[in-house]
Amino acid sequence: MGSTLYDKLWDSHVVHLEQDGTALLYIDRHLVHEVTSPQAYEGLKVAGRKPWRVDSVVATADHNTPTTGWDEGVEGIRDPFAKLQIQTLDANIRHFGAKVYFPFLDRRQGIVHVIGPEQGATLPGMTVVCGDSHTSTHGAFACLAHGIGTSEVEHVLATQCLVTRKMKNMRVSVEGALARGVTAKDVVLAVIGRIGTAGGTGHAIEFAGSTMRALSMEGRMTVCNMSIEAGARAGMVAADETTIEYVKGRPLAPKGAEQERAASYWRTLKSDPDAKFDREVALDARAIKPHVTWGTSPEMVISVDDAVPDPEREKDGAKREGMERALAYMGLKPRTRITDVKLDKVFIGSCTNSRIEDLRAAAAVVQGRRIASNVRLALVVPGSGLVKAQAEREGLDRVFRDAGFEWREPGCSMCLGMNPDRLDPGERCASTSNRNFEGRQGAGGRTHLVSPAMAAAAAIAGHFVDVRQWR
Amino acid sequence: MEKFTLLDGLVAPLDRANVDTDQIIPKEHLKSIKRTGFAAALFAAWRHDPEFVLNQPRYRGATILLSRRNFGCGSSREHAPWALLDYGFRCVIAPSFADIFFNNCFKNGLLPVVLSEAEVDRLFYECASFPGFKLVVNLENQSVSTTDGSQTTRFEVDAFRKYCLLNGLDEIGLTLRHADKIRAFEARRKAQFPWYF
Ligand code: SF4
Repeated sequence: MGSTLYDKLWDSHVVHLEQDGTALLYIDRHLVHEVTSPQAYEGLKVAGRKPWRVDSVVATADHNTPTTGWDEGVEGIRDPFAKLQIQTLDANIRHFGAKVYFPFLDRRQGIVHVIGPEQGATLPGMTVVCGDSHTSTHGAFACLAHGIGTSEVEHVLATQCLVTRKMKNMRVSVEGALARGVTAKDVVLAVIGRIGTAGGTGHAIEFAGSTMRALSMEGRMTVCNMSIEAGARAGMVAADETTIEYVKGRPLAPKGAEQERAASYWRTLKSDPDAKFDREVALDARAIKPHVTWGTSPEMVISVDDAVPDPEREKDGAKREGMERALAYMGLKPRTRITDVKLDKVFIGSCTNSRIEDLRAAAAVVQGRRIASNVRLALVVPGSGLVKAQAEREGLDRVFRDAGFEWREPGCSMCLGMNPDRLDPGERCASTSNRNFEGRQGAGGRTHLVSPAMAAAAAIAGHFVDVRQWR
Repeated sequence: MEKFTLLDGLVAPLDRANVDTDQIIPKEHLKSIKRTGFAAALFAAWRHDPEFVLNQPRYRGATILLSRRNFGCGSSREHAPWALLDYGFRCVIAPSFADIFFNNCFKNGLLPVVLSEAEVDRLFYECASFPGFKLVVNLENQSVSTTDGSQTTRFEVDAFRKYCLLNGLDEIGLTLRHADKIRAFEARRKAQFPWYF
């Protein structure tokens, strides 16, 4: 019997296996940011330990960096706690070292899951960890990538290994061409809508099928990013020429003869034809429409031409209660057409959708128009300084600014509202991020997850619209 | 993690049951970037009271905390053992402990010792009667004794946990027992796939 991609990645990284199935898994790349690393570094200091392999570490500040006022420097950071974490990361990296470090204000600073691939710090066949659950993003490169907790951050720093157990194999196959206006974000929302937020629990998901193969690397990252929202700590896509082309020439990627040797290995990073999966799910891409979440969990999602569901029609009591609670929180009535839902804010950004293709797609919708008068704030937050610079070279910043959007400095921003970019209680937001939990974007805030094009169209119209009909 | 073998220390009696992690370290003190520096926050709410046990000069420098049942209940915050350790405690003696706290203690080199209610009662009494009352906690023998050896009580401890504490092995320490294997794996990987390094 053949091996799955996950089996191959797992097998090639097991250093030691205990009888009970607990393994020491070797970690190739460790991404570090300011929020989950301070106590890990402190732990090293207290125990008098050193990082095992400093060159595995790539660090940046992203979670609570402000997106305005960069000219004031670190001193301009208003939140003293955020400032302390950013300064502590700085001190720790200076003390312990890293392969590369992009501190606050660096031109290459950005969301850790955007800069890893951008720098070629994420390479096919790697194990990648980070103290952040959306580390699954890097699975797009045929990597075994998942989030870890602070004590594990310390453990990986000190030993280069993670103590873990093997997960089960699950394959999500998506076949067929996507309709115009339907994106990777809609694919992953459709998957979550189908299998639920616990659907992938205990599994590593491989996203396969002609639709996935046709997606760009950025699209694949969007899909893998939200694996965790489907309950799977890791999601991945097999390596192919798209992967190899994307990686080529990036600062930390192999060059010359080594590049060719690497590429021939990378081409083996796919499931064997006779590989067996514990679970299989299939979706028809042609049936996927633009998606909008209506509730407080990513599985509470509908197509743009649907109406908000009616809890009355739900037979399962617990589910019905959950729906009622979500509707009350979201301030929505059952059977409201989602296109009738008006918005207060729009957020285009986050590690799910803040890359150049996302910004291009949003700008194409916005071009030559103005945001609606009921939209109080429309934010575009590029995923990294380099994405921002590229967008500016293409004039996208002008398109957004002319339409009334704010064009900000890179970072996580309103994805989690640790910095000053937040929703106020009761405010409704179309967001390209990945979590619509209660209070995620600010206490009492109401989040609807959508693709960049859908968010852009909603900003212009003031309510959700079907981008497939956008002219 | 620091080894725990033999502790000969002053005992501070905290005569309360159900001391929860919120009392051990109130949540306002969690906004830190460190796992040290919590000593001042230990039992912060009670420290305002001049009569509170840790404010009494006779218990200054105590390394053993004596308390009542269900010590460490509440949230899973690892800050609770960090705060106790940072203050200087290496051992907590009580008739029972909350589960997560109990685990977290071992992870951080703090020894939780379970003794019977009657035994704990007796120790509270001794503490009150003799200023400077000390105990000797011997992990190897799993015993708690008075310094003159006149009274000795045995306690139970999981063999694996005992081994880890005696050798100062935290989870990282345990993994580092395989350091040679990790190094060998790394060398092989580097030879085969140099571009990952
Ligand atoms: S953008 Fe959001 S989800 Fe992504 S790393 Fe930052 S906070 Fe986490």
